[in-house]
Amino acid sequence: MSHSSVGLVKTQFFTFGDAKNPLKLRSGATLEPVIVAYETYGKLNPKKSNAILICHALTGDAHAAGKHSSKDKKSGWWDSMIGPGKTFDTNKYYIVCSNVIGGCSGSSGPNSIKPNTKKEYGVSFPVVTIADMVDVQKRLLEFLDIEHLHSIAGGSMGGMQVLEWAVRYPDFMDSVIVIASTSKLSSQSIAFDAVGRNAIISDPHWNNGNYYKMKKQPNHGLAIARMIGHITYLSNLSMNKKFGRRLQNKKTLSYDFSNEFQVESYLHHQGSVFVERFDANSYLYVTKAMDYFDLSEEYGSLKKAMKRVLSKVLIISFSSDWLFPPEQSEEIIKACLSVNKTVFYTKIESSYGHDAFLLETKRLTKLIKNFLNGIQ
Amino acid sequence: MVKKSHWLYRNYDIIESLILPNSSVLDLGCGTGDFLKLLKQKRNIHCQGVEIDETKIVQCIKNCIPVIQGDLDEGLRAFQSNSFDYVLLNQTLQMVKKPELVLSEMLRVGRKAIVGFPNFGHYKIRWHLLKMGTMPVTQDLSFDWFDSPNIHLLTIKDFRNYCKSKNYKILDEFFLMREKANSIIHLAPNFLATEAVFLLER
Repeated sequence: MSHSSVGLVKTQFFTFGDAKNPLKLRSGATLEPVIVAYETYGKLNPKKSNAILICHALTGDAHAAGKHSSKDKKSGWWDSMIGPGKTFDTNKYYIVCSNVIGGCSGSSGPNSIKPNTKKEYGVSFPVVTIADMVDVQKRLLEFLDIEHLHSIAGGSMGGMQVLEWAVRYPDFMDSVIVIASTSKLSSQSIAFDAVGRNAIISDPHWNNGNYYKMKKQPNHGLAIARMIGHITYLSNLSMNKKFGRRLQNKKTLSYDFSNEFQVESYLHHQGSVFVERFDANSYLYVTKAMDYFDLSEEYGSLKKAMKRVLSKVLIISFSSDWLFPPEQSEEIIKACLSVNKTVFYTKIESSYGHDAFLLETKRLTKLIKNFLNGIQ
Repeated sequence: MVKKSHWLYRNYDIIESLILPNSSVLDLGCGTGDFLKLLKQKRNIHCQGVEIDETKIVQCIKNCIPVIQGDLDEGLRAFQSNSFDYVLLNQTLQMVKKPELVLSEMLRVGRKAIVGFPNFGHYKIRWHLLKMGTMPVTQDLSFDWFDSPNIHLLTIKDFRNYCKSKNYKILDEFFLMREKANSIIHLAPNFLATEAVFLLER
């Protein structure tokens, strides 16, 4: 384990809500009990003023840094940014990251057991929104005795949660960091999500969401959804650089429909790895939550939403990100400026597409470290 | 009143003297944010910077100066009309691709605009061109023609004429002469001044 790692960590669980006091969701439905999987790194200082909440993206989880066992090949999903001396310096800050509800990595979701049934929820799990995810995170923080956050940060869908936090609970944090995100998805992005969901739903093994006890799972549909997702996370340029028109393990065309091109083989691999760690129903729920997210609708207009913000706002976009394009970040900036909010914005020139938020570590570090240092 | 700091930075002193306490200031091409930081301390301004260079943006963030990344040649779309008391553009007008757009945008967003630029009408520049027949390279304009970021060079007279043609009101003007340690001069500015600072209003 390298010296800049948080080392071995454990996912913990917090449960709240009962029949008398369930969690009320935006849809009008209720949920109880609510289980929240979370991890923490670093130490909460006596003044409880050094906590930072990290919000994960679509397929992320509570395991943001370190390893669960020394045998783990991979570290948490944002290990490059969280640890001693890193951007989110665990020598200084107390970092909290939790799995969103509707997810499949320990928090309540469609693959959780429904009370009094011994069966998984499947699609009887209520539809959740970004605001619901945020409310659950707030309950977790209260349980952890955190009444105020130094900052909240997240990329992509994580950035949506950060924005919801900043608008919904404006005095709960000093600053927010929104990376490669948006105040609402464009029609194009919703369309990609819809195709992904359709791939899952039309898989015969999906079986209306009741597949958990079956021999066969809707792996095929989920893999296709992931393949589509992956195309949207890269840019034309980065894909061309990475694969070009190269063939996988051969030099001549075979004139059939096998996975010949490297890019085909890559997508296939991404799909098959993904089904090992992600639940098809969760993919439906979490993408739906993203599609529903719209700050301007929730608060009348984006301007009205941003008017509520009290924290310092840092927004970062990436030039080649066409899934969450810079213009969408600039819209948020424009709304902030129109109501005299303190904003910091930069568009990082990068060819990595949407994935840049996980790859441009060095440049993100420079921006975010200085931003966090400047927050009183 | 104009204060005495290092003479090289006299243009900053002039700009500072033009800005009323507790006003709002938008600095275009704000660089590392050092000047806004100074204005914040001395004039208690509400400030915002626009900068194109990522490494300078990092410095602004370090300086706790709110900054957004932007290209002035794309206008000031992010900003509403009349949203700042002053919009500053110091030593940058001659570098933008669309000076007309930048000036009109400055006066849309700001109630007043402050523009500082090197004077291409300065006698040494005229003499250099006349005598050598090559593009002048001076301390203020220290680039060869082929790698110069200064693509819209202008004289004080050019600027005055332009403001007149656009009905931009010149509320105040200052002319600095490098040969006299950047002291303010009044006589024959288009011939003697190395640098000018204008305060404009629509």
